[in-house]
Amino acid sequence: MTLSREVAVIGIGQTKFGEIWHKSFREIGIEAGLRAIQDAGIESSKVDSIYIGNMSAGLFLDQEHVASMIAEEVGLTKDSVPATRVEAADASGGLAFRQAILDISSGMSDIVVVGGAEKMSDVTSQIATYFTAAGADQSWESLFGATIPSLYALMARKHMHDFGTTREQLGLVSVKNHRNGSLNPDAQFQKEITLEQVLKAGPVSTPLGVFDCAPISDGAAAIVLAELDLARELCTNPIKVSGTGQGSDSLSIANRTELTGLKATRAASKRAYEMAGINPSEISVAEVHDSCTIGEIMAIEDLGFFEKGDGGPATERGDTSLEGIISINTSGGLKARGHPLGATGIAQINEIVLQLRGMAGKRQVKDPLYGLAQNVGGTGGTVIVHILEAI
Amino acid sequence: MAVARYWRQQEQRYSLAGSKCAICNGSFFPKRTICPTCHRRSIGKMEKFLFSGKGKVVTYTIVHDPIISYADQSPYVLAVIALEEGDLVLGQIVDCDPRIVDIDLDVEMVFRRLSAEGASGTIQYGFKFRLMDVGSS
Ligand SMILES: [Zn+2]
Repeated sequence: MTLSREVAVIGIGQTKFGEIWHKSFREIGIEAGLRAIQDAGIESSKVDSIYIGNMSAGLFLDQEHVASMIAEEVGLTKDSVPATRVEAADASGGLAFRQAILDISSGMSDIVVVGGAEKMSDVTSQIATYFTAAGADQSWESLFGATIPSLYALMARKHMHDFGTTREQLGLVSVKNHRNGSLNPDAQFQKEITLEQVLKAGPVSTPLGVFDCAPISDGAAAIVLAELDLARELCTNPIKVSGTGQGSDSLSIANRTELTGLKATRAASKRAYEMAGINPSEISVAEVHDSCTIGEIMAIEDLGFFEKGDGGPATERGDTSLEGIISINTSGGLKARGHPLGATGIAQINEIVLQLRGMAGKRQVKDPLYGLAQNVGGTGGTVIVHILEAI
Repeated sequence: MAVARYWRQQEQRYSLAGSKCAICNGSFFPKRTICPTCHRRSIGKMEKFLFSGKGKVVTYTIVHDPIISYADQSPYVLAVIALEEGDLVLGQIVDCDPRIVDIDLDVEMVFRRLSAEGASGTIQYGFKFRLMDVGSS
């Protein structure tokens, strides 16, 4: 598979992630969108189309139809610019990014703004856990008492049983991501933590504890994309989209053939690698979906960075740290940067763009050429993988 | 609104009623309209199939941060069970100290109250599992 027209990122922007009590969904959406447009240095009248990744403003805010709302707020309804909301649970952002790429590639649009936003802190954490579980199977998982972390916990226990992955190795994912988050001024948590703190934290769903699970977050992120030749005219540092891949699997984990990895990650990444014409070993920086720590262990195996079963030991060896063989979740990941569901996939791309531009500050990895982002919906019913390239 | 949604799946939830494909003999829970192996050839060939309810623990977790409708039952054990007919199902393991649950232990289905659902507070019933031979090991 190839894209008929090539596409590049020309602008990025986001809000700080966290509990943003004083700002509404509209306000964080516009803040991220305007920053991205400003970063791209374009007039907003040049925008041909808008995509918004959002999991569930309907549940969290009693508001659907948020694409129109955001389009209005950024002043694009005057020219009736098409605005589309995209949903795939917490892969909504990654999927919105993919739709924007396909829009430009098809020739329908030359410049597209894609945003992701979620406002979760207007409800209690118990309610937020319940709403987030709508990304799992309501009839056959949630009704029987499953939360998203508990489903990942089932995968974690099986991974430990089959491959000898240890509780400590899971914890070290969180330690690393908090260390990276401490270097990211936009992260929700900017403090380092110790392995002892992770292991002593209260249980969420054994073997996972509070420090193994991403927090409840508000936040928005946005990107401006353009057709590649136009991108070269408009900006000095376009970042090319070299590969896009999407995969699906059954909504409920009991309908899957495997519980120690995500088939959809392997399918999506295979498609993205083939489009980019590269191997996993050529990636030097990746943002992966660590909504729970086991998610990162499975991702770095399924994406082909490490052998199946070596994800835990690789983390322990430091291979995934900022100084490691392949730096994973330099932003702090979902755990430390924060996880406003629909915004996460966009924030992941933003981090890769920063790294490939060489503008990631204290967490910059050395001269990356290719970066990858993996965004998971729920427990793996949808996975989106993108490969970006410095050109 | 939720009542009809739960009522529709009542039979499956009460008795582990799934489907069997008359072409390849594959059994499925929950029930399916089309066999994922035989695709369109299976249309009209899917039969109701009652699972025995016996199986083994594939993986498990003790949930301490429950879904809101289960708050009164926390902590509880959630597990993936491999039914003896070969399909997997997610369910709770009850009637034991959660700490003795382990991978590969034998379980059997029991019929229990699941949860009080949402604002309407409707009580849902369905299958859970219990360990077989508890105490003899
Ligand atoms: Zn069949």
